[in-house]
Amino acid sequence: MSAPALSAGRALRLAALSAAALVTVAPYLWMVSVASKPRDEIFSSSLRLLPHRWALLDNLREAFHRVPIGTLLINGAVVCGAILVIQVAVAIPCAYAMAKLRFGAARLMMGLVLLGLLVPIHATALPLYVAFRRLDLVNTYTGLVAPFSVSVFGIFLFLQFFRALPDDLLDAARLDGMSEAGIVARVVVPNSWPAVTAFAIFSVVAHWNDLFWPLIVVTDNRVATPPLGLFAFRAAESGSDYGALMAATLVITLPLVLAFLFAQRRFVEGITMTGLK
Amino acid sequence: MAEALRSAARAPGRPSGARRPAPRPAAGGALPLSAPALVLLLLFVILPTLAVFGLSLTDYQLGDDALVFVGLDNYRDLLGDAGFRGSLRNTMVYAALVTPASVLIGLGLALLIEAETRGRALFRTLFFLPVVSLIVAMATVWQYLLHPTIGPVDQLLRLVGLPGPNWLGSSDTVLASLALIGVWQSVGYNMVLFLAGLTAIPRDLYAAAAVDGAASGWQRFRLVTWPMLGPTTLFVVTISIINAVKVFETVQTLTEGGPNRASEVLLFTIYREGFVYLRVGAASAMTVVFLLLLVGLMLLQYRIQDRRTHYA
Repeated sequence: MSAPALSAGRALRLAALSAAALVTVAPYLWMVSVASKPRDEIFSSSLRLLPHRWALLDNLREAFHRVPIGTLLINGAVVCGAILVIQVAVAIPCAYAMAKLRFGAARLMMGLVLLGLLVPIHATALPLYVAFRRLDLVNTYTGLVAPFSVSVFGIFLFLQFFRALPDDLLDAARLDGMSEAGIVARVVVPNSWPAVTAFAIFSVVAHWNDLFWPLIVVTDNRVATPPLGLFAFRAAESGSDYGALMAATLVITLPLVLAFLFAQRRFVEGITMTGLK
Repeated sequence: MAEALRSAARAPGRPSGARRPAPRPAAGGALPLSAPALVLLLLFVILPTLAVFGLSLTDYQLGDDALVFVGLDNYRDLLGDAGFRGSLRNTMVYAALVTPASVLIGLGLALLIEAETRGRALFRTLFFLPVVSLIVAMATVWQYLLHPTIGPVDQLLRLVGLPGPNWLGSSDTVLASLALIGVWQSVGYNMVLFLAGLTAIPRDLYAAAAVDGAASGWQRFRLVTWPMLGPTTLFVVTISIINAVKVFETVQTLTEGGPNRASEVLLFTIYREGFVYLRVGAASAMTVVFLLLLVGLMLLQYRIQDRRTHYA
């Protein structure tokens, strides 16, 4: 292969990548653009990205006035935080017992986990909703969090990770007289941060973005999560005030996108690790 | 996930490594550690799944005090329900549009990034951005982009003299438009999985192929990359189909099944039947169909993977 051919190939490659990148980020560019435009410009010149007159602040003010964005973000953080903490607290001890302890119910447990991997929330939503109505859990944080309190996926991921922990480490702790619960808290968890981080990212991304279950179990704006709040605003707005809608969209999309850009390597690792063994 | 499934099936709950005479833990320690997970699994996964099967055999409506066992009536009704059949067909069409596009583009981008030495992290970050973005929010942006009068896409098309289609507003193009958004959102995820697969290919295989006369990039791809990526590709295809079958957010946000029911998909139909019309019995029967579809896809992947390992 000669040098000029190589550089031509590279140019082609870079051009293809850049074109694809442009298509990928185009929605973000227009989101910011529309959020910055006054109403008349939105309807007249959509191919111009930069507005003649900047109206970002007006649109943001309107969005915050019409959508309880603060409440939505707090709800999102509370719900995702609670789900994550409970999932980790439930999954880690269980995965440890399955990976490292002699355990009569291990086979049963593995069967349940494998079964659980096949069943998404969409399949269990109907009976859960019927039960939650009876128990008055509709429109509560508990209602939003409870169905996700156990993550079979989390158990799975931690199980894989714990199998690789050296037995010597655990035996040494046992010789020191530590209980199994103490070993989990003081030996296993500190040695599992990569798995915990990967799972945390997977879990938060999934539940921050979920619309299906909140749509079912929440009708009250005071406990609405970000996707649900935005969905309700969209439905009420019916497309006439794009500026405010895009401003709301921008603010609600921003937290996770910023977190991603800030720790993008960990995000990609986390999602890959949870996707593939 | 399925990759993990297999290895676990091989060694259920057995500690790795050699057994040593060091103090083994008492058997009593395991139960308290796993009891919370066990109880929650039964409560939120196993019982509701059984309940869906049970409810699908009844005429239960939300708010009713009593329910009547109706046997397989709900399933019989589904067979004759043109709406449900349409919903199944739309879901298949959507999956058939999204899966090949998002897998092939994901693979293409992964190969391009792998071959390129500069800007790798930047491109990877940009392509991955949609995966972590709120889909309800980004769907709203896409609706604006594809708006027939003020949307930039159609304005651009008109600028070059092409008639802009009424993307989400016409029953002919609505599934394709939703598929476009679906592809945009999932390509980055597939790309990252393929990148992981590419990194795992031993470098000396390429050297060996070169010795055997595989000179061009295409030959290297055909002889080394593609066969070595087999398991990854199978996994990416399966997960793409499963995610496509689970499409809900964009439909619920943008089209509500319309126009003319042309974008009614499985989860949307189940949601409306159960939570809007409150016919839990009928919706449960639909859910069972949905669940069987997912299980079928997983089993299919399992079978294919099993057959492939014999050749490897």
